[in-house]
Amino acid sequence: METEPFIILSAILFTIGCVGVLVRRNALVVFMCVELMLNASNLALVTFAKANSNLDGQVAAFFVMVVAAAEVVVGLAIIMTIFRTRRSASVDDASLLKY
Amino acid sequence: MTAFWILAPVMVLAALGVLFVRKAVHAALLLAVVMMSLAVLYAVLEAPFLFAVQIIVYTGAILMLFLFVVMLVGVDASDSVVETIRGQRVIAWVFGLLFGLTMVIALSQVSFSAMGNLADDNAGGNVEGLASLLFSKYVLAFEVTAALLITAALGAMVLAHRERLTPREGQADMAARRMREYAETGKHPGPLPAPGVFARHNAVDTPALLPDGSASEASISRVLAVRGVGRSGPAMAGDIEEIRRQLGIATEADPAADEETPGDTRQGADGEES
Repeated sequence: METEPFIILSAILFTIGCVGVLVRRNALVVFMCVELMLNASNLALVTFAKANSNLDGQVAAFFVMVVAAAEVVVGLAIIMTIFRTRRSASVDDASLLKY
Repeated sequence: MTAFWILAPVMVLAALGVLFVRKAVHAALLLAVVMMSLAVLYAVLEAPFLFAVQIIVYTGAILMLFLFVVMLVGVDASDSVVETIRGQRVIAWVFGLLFGLTMVIALSQVSFSAMGNLADDNAGGNVEGLASLLFSKYVLAFEVTAALLITAALGAMVLAHRERLTPREGQADMAARRMREYAETGKHPGPLPAPGVFARHNAVDTPALLPDGSASEASISRVLAVRGVGRSGPAMAGDIEEIRRQLGIATEADPAADEETPGDTRQGADGEES
């Protein structure tokens, strides 16, 4: 079993997530793309754990999952609050600090 | 490796789907596909604990949270196509592709070691191996994680909490308001009519018929009316005409049949019917 295909798949998924964050306007979908990037990095961590024959990479992936869960909870609460006040989930509408 | 070559194209296609689908619900479902495939890859990479956690935490908890928020945010969740910064989309695509190309080229020039073997570390079980690492080498990070989770839970509660600004409307207040509205605007004080139950349609999107044969807009949900999925009055009138023709009843011209019914004066109606 080679290591390269897993790492390259991880890079491709990270790139797709990255482009999604830049291109999409809906705050929810932007958030999903952030999750995609986190998952891609997790795949790289787990792959390296197996490549290096120790479990440290899996522990790191576990911590990434915990942080992702916390981030999603707070982020979705913020999106809900913005939607409640502005009736919109578009990231372009939340530009109040600009003016 | 077979699992990888089957799942990798599926994952890339589903991830690309997240970029291109218009509805947030579809994006969430495609993300679920990516995450389930990732879980299988974790199992291939000898990480059974992360396999379970990926399914339970990501597809079970996080994506359900996403779906709930999509449901709360509702119909408005579609993406706007207006560009606020000129050419931002094109530039984002160009830089994204350049980034991806750079990563793939750079990674393909590095020679990685072949896959090792986790049999020694997993000898006493994968969960036990992870636990012995978590509670010895990474115990400080683990404690900080606990603090982070508590902070996140508190933050979500504070952000999602809404203070009640007006006193709660009791039954007596509601009755008084209804009678006042009846006196002022003539709005019917009783309950709204139920949706129609007819020989051909008995779903909630079918409006009830008024005595003059026109459809009562008050009998179907306002959400259905806004989304434009309720059966409209004229369509129902056409149905009635057809039934009457089949039964051989002489149809008299009914001027009220294709008029919109007045009287739906509920406040807070979003108005625009798409």
